[in-house]
Amino acid sequence: MAEIKFSDETLALVHRIVKRYPEGKQKSALLPVLHLAQAEFDGWLDVPVMDYVASLLNIKPIEVYEVASFYSMYNLSPVGKCLIEVCQTGPCWLRGSDDIVGHLEKRLGIKNGETTSDGMFTLKTVECLGSCGTAPMLQCGAEYYEDLTPEKIDSLLEKLKTSGERSTYMKSRV
Amino acid sequence: MGKQILLEHINVPGIHTFDVYRKTGGYASVEKALKTMTPDQVTEEVKESGLRGRGGAGFPAGLKWSFLDRKSDKPRYLVCNADESEPGTFKDRYLMEKIPHLLIEGMITSSYALGARTAYIYIRGEYMYIVRILEKAIEEARAAGFLGNNILGTDYSLELYVHPGAGAYICGEETALLESLEGKRGNPRLKPPFPAIAGLYACPTVVNNVETIASVVSIINISADKYNDVGIGKSTGTKLISASGHINKPGVYEIELGLPVEEFIYSDEYCGGIWKGRTLKAVVAGGSSVPILPASLILKTAKGEPRLMTYESLADGGFVSGTMLGSGGFIVMDETACIVRNLWTYTRFYHHESCGQCSPCREGTGWMEKVLHRIEHGHGHAEDIDLLVDIAKKIEGNTICPLGDAAAWPVASAIRHFRDEFEYHVKYPEKVKNPRHFEIEPMQSSYTLAGTVNA
Repeated sequence: MAEIKFSDETLALVHRIVKRYPEGKQKSALLPVLHLAQAEFDGWLDVPVMDYVASLLNIKPIEVYEVASFYSMYNLSPVGKCLIEVCQTGPCWLRGSDDIVGHLEKRLGIKNGETTSDGMFTLKTVECLGSCGTAPMLQCGAEYYEDLTPEKIDSLLEKLKTSGERSTYMKSRV
Repeated sequence: MGKQILLEHINVPGIHTFDVYRKTGGYASVEKALKTMTPDQVTEEVKESGLRGRGGAGFPAGLKWSFLDRKSDKPRYLVCNADESEPGTFKDRYLMEKIPHLLIEGMITSSYALGARTAYIYIRGEYMYIVRILEKAIEEARAAGFLGNNILGTDYSLELYVHPGAGAYICGEETALLESLEGKRGNPRLKPPFPAIAGLYACPTVVNNVETIASVVSIINISADKYNDVGIGKSTGTKLISASGHINKPGVYEIELGLPVEEFIYSDEYCGGIWKGRTLKAVVAGGSSVPILPASLILKTAKGEPRLMTYESLADGGFVSGTMLGSGGFIVMDETACIVRNLWTYTRFYHHESCGQCSPCREGTGWMEKVLHRIEHGHGHAEDIDLLVDIAKKIEGNTICPLGDAAAWPVASAIRHFRDEFEYHVKYPEKVKNPRHFEIEPMQSSYTLAGTVNA
């Protein structure tokens, strides 16, 4: 396994993030740094990655594990290049999120929670993403895709497939 | 168009940039506060404005500020709660995305009042693209001398940072938010001590919602007296309402508190009526946690008075026939909506989001989800309905934080007002086994809307 180490650029960013908090409170940087780690190391947090983050922030590995396992945006097992998260809570359900999930399952040939055999897509239902006025919706990386229809989903899947890039919360349209 | 305070300039092109925002009068509250007012005067002004917390609890903001331990020699913090996660609520996202400088300005003015030299905006991780928008706005404000050392040449200095969460509804609870900001699991703390005494890093801390902080700007600009003129009685000012569900025009609307609910639902200025020419069945008026009300009780109180969009009017009748303004997450359901399935999605949500610290909530939410799942899918028993009421009762009031109550109220109220629909599910299991049962045969023939019984 290759050595686990942030790029120099990311490392500099980590140091800047740590400085936002008072001396000795560097643990506060844990959530933002875990986001960076997930973005840089294949979209999920393997144990050696979490240990590396612990060493960077000078905290115990268990302090990282307990946090990583608490928050829903951290993946503790590998996911496809594009993690498609479909909101299914009340307001989205009222406007047809069931159909959106159904359409995605059909198009991708997988069930909710599974990854396509080519490792391109993982489909996951999630709880309210704060997009109820533009329901139904899904999130892929930092992007929100709203007012979804089957046609919109088809062109989105095509676009994601062509780009072939890994989706990450850290990259966005601004 | 009703009174616009927060969103007055929302449609000005380029309002997200510092220059345009400044040209529309932006950052005037910072100049006024820092140059002509003492911190205590700013606090007093907010107190007099009657501004109530816009996150959901509705606690008077100025009073919360006045609890801050100002005698302590520890640093003080202002933390903005931008963890907006209450289902049905998306107003803070709209405000931060479209007019980020309003929040930054409010943070500076409020931090000055509280004597905070460092402030954080804790934003839900899913809103990561807004983190960039806010950080850019902060850079612009700093370049213009509104952040950093000696703001506007005064001896007041402030650093402001954006801190992303990582997916946890519970972090909207202020002590869980502080735990999370300290890099821990979002487990709510036992209170007391309250954050005003021992909050972030055990230092005196005020946690306020995005909209609350943004409202401070206009209070300082126009004075508490003038702000008081907007709204009705103890519901002063305006409120951002996130409207969703079966309406023609979902979106974020700024309303003057006191607007009749009926006008909000049916006027073209706001929701534009029920979609597809259907009729109104029920509304969850303040985010998924507040009691659901049938059409008859959301439009008029049990006494027959028109229901208004105010803290008091929506709560009229208590939980027997009323609800709460909450976060302003206004979720509308038409005649075809299945109350059981709708409720099941919320209970699943609360089960998913329970932090697991208190047994009544951890076990109770899972149990309710399971029972609702079986009723909705045609495997329910008649006694399940009372079982749900019983579980909800045993969660409510028995947990460290309000998530337990938030999970219990929707269940109790749905059964209170729509018991017939639960009975229908139990009585006709073969019909409800069809996942689209609510569309094929709306349950309102022999099983008329239970809510109308109350009318």
